[in-house]
Amino acid sequence: MGYTLNFAVVWRNFDQLLAGLLLSLELAFVAILIGAAIGLITAFGLTSRHVWLQRVSMLYVTIIRNLPILVLILFAYFALPQLGIRLGKIESFVATLAIYSGAYLAEVFRAGLLSIPQGLKEAGLAIGLKPMQIRTSIIIPLMLRNVLPSLSSTLISLFKDTSLAAAIAVPELTFEARKINVESFRVVETWLVASALYVFTCTILAAIMRQIERRLTIGR
Amino acid sequence: MNDLLLFFNEIWIARIPLLKGLGMTISISALAIIAGSILGIFVGLSLTYGNRLLRFFVRAYTDFVRGTPVLVLVLASFYILSTIGVDLSPFEAGVLALSVFCSSHIGEILRGALQAIPPGQTEAAKAIGLSFRQTFTSVLWPQALRQMLPTWVNTAAEMVKASTLLSVIGVAELLLRSQEIISRNFMSLQFYFFAGLLYFVINFSIEQLGKYVERKTTIPS
Repeated sequence: MGYTLNFAVVWRNFDQLLAGLLLSLELAFVAILIGAAIGLITAFGLTSRHVWLQRVSMLYVTIIRNLPILVLILFAYFALPQLGIRLGKIESFVATLAIYSGAYLAEVFRAGLLSIPQGLKEAGLAIGLKPMQIRTSIIIPLMLRNVLPSLSSTLISLFKDTSLAAAIAVPELTFEARKINVESFRVVETWLVASALYVFTCTILAAIMRQIERRLTIGR
Repeated sequence: MNDLLLFFNEIWIARIPLLKGLGMTISISALAIIAGSILGIFVGLSLTYGNRLLRFFVRAYTDFVRGTPVLVLVLASFYILSTIGVDLSPFEAGVLALSVFCSSHIGEILRGALQAIPPGQTEAAKAIGLSFRQTFTSVLWPQALRQMLPTWVNTAAEMVKASTLLSVIGVAELLLRSQEIISRNFMSLQFYFFAGLLYFVINFSIEQLGKYVERKTTIPS
């Protein structure tokens, strides 16, 4: 024991931590936007009548869901250059996170798609909409509203997963905290503040998403 | 073809470290899930049946753990404990962090399962004169367990995936061993792929086990 708390160093470097936090948030948002697009396409693949489309989508979902994300991140950054695919740290991390979240969101969206009553599609056909129009103007908006709670929990867990970017030296929150830790040895303070920032941000994100859900719910 | 032979040769050379790493990954995951489940059962019980004060503290604990990335938990546990004079090896600190992470999940799962049981059953148990302990052990727990079991199995897969994070604090599990091998022979594509394959096989098996348990435990309606 005999450790006295002294937050001075952490406060002095607080702008570094905030910059890291901001980058974490940006990484999570970009990744979930691309991931949602991938997930949506995959979900249509999973629910498709074409067997091979179903199989390919299922293969992607199964492979990604059973791999540790850290292995994916390291693979994308260190191994892909051997195949001639050279991406910057941030690009490779966002791409990995998007592909990773895509697999999880595909399952979410599939459940959402299956929950849309068949009658709505028939109604769309009856008023002369083309299948693509039915998808974009009836099915997708309804489905998105239904899956909003899962979408927000995926966003929050993606935000937490951005901490793994520290493994390839992307200067996000965990990386910055580690730097302060190594430079100052104010170990307890650094990690307390860093976790508090994560917890605080997760709470705010959850509150914002709940607000959006409330706005979008149709009165029952 | 030659490349493939070269790769198999390298795997053969590295077989001992790889097997040790695999063993370490399995021990970390097994320990984390056992310790995490024991702690998690207390968490779940406190959240469901605790008095206001206990509920408040346990809720704060789970919210804090669930709001923090696992990597931060691992790093914090490793650095903080050694600083305040608790001497733990990286392995012990890492397993502790994963157990804490696991306990918050198991706790929430158990709370959900217990709260899903209709209150009428507790009332019925009370009506026939069972004590709370008896009600819990012979009415509530068996039903909660049935509902939890598939998720519980899947939590094991989560733990295997999370065990890779211990490589960051220098625990020689499968991922760190692979990185060491890569730093020697520069075959990053092959060895990250191979590590991924091993993780996939483990997790896919656990997932299938989860599905099997789910089929076995659902009551046909």
